[in-house]
Amino acid sequence: MYRRILVLTLLAGSLGLAACASHPPKPSASQQASSSQAGAESQGAQGGANANGGPFGNQSSIPGPQQGLLGQRTIYFGFDSSVIKGQGTAIVAAHAKYLADHPNARVRLEGNTDERGSPEYNIGLGMRRAQSVREAMLLQGASADQITVVSYGAERPVDPAHNRAAWAKNRRVNIVYLTPNNQPPVAPQQQTPRQQEQPPQQ
Amino acid sequence: MKSTPRMAPLLRIFLAVLTAAWLLPPAARAQLQIQITSGVTNPVPIAIVPFAEAPTDSTDVAGVVQHDLVGSGRFTAIARNRMPGTPTQAADVKFADWKAAGSDYVVVGRVTATAGGQLAVEFNLLNTLTGQSIARQRFVGTAAALRNAAHRVSDVIYQAITGIRGAFATRIAYVAVVGQGATQRFQLVVADADGYNQHLILQSRFPIMSPTWSPDGQWIAYVSFENHLSAIYVQRVLTGQRTMVSERAGINGAPAWSPGGHRLALTLSGNSGHPQIYVLDLRNQHLTRITHAPAINTEADWAPDGKSIYFTSDRAGEPQIYKIGIAPGSMPQRITFTDDYNAGPHISPDGKLLAMVTRDHSGNYCIAVQNLATGEFRVLTHGPLDQSPSFAPNGATLIYAARPGNGSAGILATISVDGLTGLTLKPTQGEVRDPAWGPFTK
Repeated sequence: MYRRILVLTLLAGSLGLAACASHPPKPSASQQASSSQAGAESQGAQGGANANGGPFGNQSSIPGPQQGLLGQRTIYFGFDSSVIKGQGTAIVAAHAKYLADHPNARVRLEGNTDERGSPEYNIGLGMRRAQSVREAMLLQGASADQITVVSYGAERPVDPAHNRAAWAKNRRVNIVYLTPNNQPPVAPQQQTPRQQEQPPQQ
Repeated sequence: MKSTPRMAPLLRIFLAVLTAAWLLPPAARAQLQIQITSGVTNPVPIAIVPFAEAPTDSTDVAGVVQHDLVGSGRFTAIARNRMPGTPTQAADVKFADWKAAGSDYVVVGRVTATAGGQLAVEFNLLNTLTGQSIARQRFVGTAAALRNAAHRVSDVIYQAITGIRGAFATRIAYVAVVGQGATQRFQLVVADADGYNQHLILQSRFPIMSPTWSPDGQWIAYVSFENHLSAIYVQRVLTGQRTMVSERAGINGAPAWSPGGHRLALTLSGNSGHPQIYVLDLRNQHLTRITHAPAINTEADWAPDGKSIYFTSDRAGEPQIYKIGIAPGSMPQRITFTDDYNAGPHISPDGKLLAMVTRDHSGNYCIAVQNLATGEFRVLTHGPLDQSPSFAPNGATLIYAARPGNGSAGILATISVDGLTGLTLKPTQGEVRDPAWGPFTK
């Protein structure tokens, strides 16, 4: 991420086309280095991931508000469903209100599915879940520019087991608060870190 | 697609050379171990006699050929310690002895150094009943390409005896996942069809998905989530040069190379829960929307004539396969009606069979093929978690990803389209998935 921002910053003036930029694949050694550089980012990726040694390690310092329902970042879904229900409704409402009250806060909604079925169809199902959460947040006062959506389909399970309990945990949307350092490079002029966008740490 | 000269002016900015991928420590790379899982009831007995070898040669060519043929499930090999001799040319073969040893065919051959410093592999396939030569050929190449030459020998023998073009001298791409937690890595790997000769062409901390080959076998398109978000890249296999071709909001997924080689079908969602299929012209970046239904539309695969696309959609409430022309105004046509989950379509090279993931009545996800002319639907595998079928370029075999049994890591497996022969490719560590079988190469 860090590296990408640098690349974009360098290219932005001459090209003016963020969408064309990319960054070179890295060897494992430098990838390790780059992942330690981008500490905030790698933590951000873990929002909602399990804390007991799941695929994305521990989550000692998750960005974003922590009090009450705001500390809950995972919305679970039924099989083949994108309907927000039960506790998920309250969690989404709490985050929507936070976003409405903190216009500089930014989140990424990460849709996920269980492992069954066809991988790219699952990407579609994960996106439907993420959009379901996004739409609920927009209806409750969050604004569109605060929310980025992505679907990882079945690629990032929190529980790698192959059983019903694991599948239920993996059908989810993770809400990840973005710090200025890990906001997506939407356009070159947005690459400058804006301190005021950092949500207050509780 | 003629590759770089054509790509460079079109795909605008960035070409990175991945030299580093080859420097990764071997421990981070999982080898694939082959196990034959099924074969025909009466496999053809054949003897592949060790080839006379050039002094510089270290590859057991006959061993590779035997491995290929036996692995196809259609042959059984005469063990070397039961061979009645070690002839290396037809004149030295005593046919009665080989017939007595139970062999219908004998293959003899030799590897010799050429004047130009290369190696020549020549072989002769002989019928022990008639004493006739069925096929003979000579391949010249570098010492490094000797294994490939052996696969070409296998291709010729396989075709001469079965009537089906061999696909041993082809390659596969797949995604490997190694390590856990913070050290977990996703790897995009290209290997020979038998799992040997692996090349790591991309490694990432983030998921890599859906590799797809260009028709000339020079490029692979894939999805990578390197910036937490999805993007589609096209990468030259030989050099590692790559170009990002789509990094739009939402889904950038399911790339599929057009038969002509200059277009990619792909899936984009924007800020919508209804992903749609588009066609991106790699020559001019022109993007054409193909589907419109307010539903999931994804997993495009091109009909061999390049005029229409098969895809998955849940517009009827559950995922089924549809076909739509890419010409403006084309109406989609539903293709699958068996059971309530059919996804991930892949069309055979001759356009006659459609492979997919289907869910059976017990909830198992299996690989099935539908005959597009007759509608006949055949489930080829047993699941429980099979996915990502991809046809060999000869159309006779599918490779797919599987998680057999309870709690097993992902493996690759093959099944012939008649359901009779199959094998598994198990990684020595981690798991593998998302296989894509490459085209025939020259």
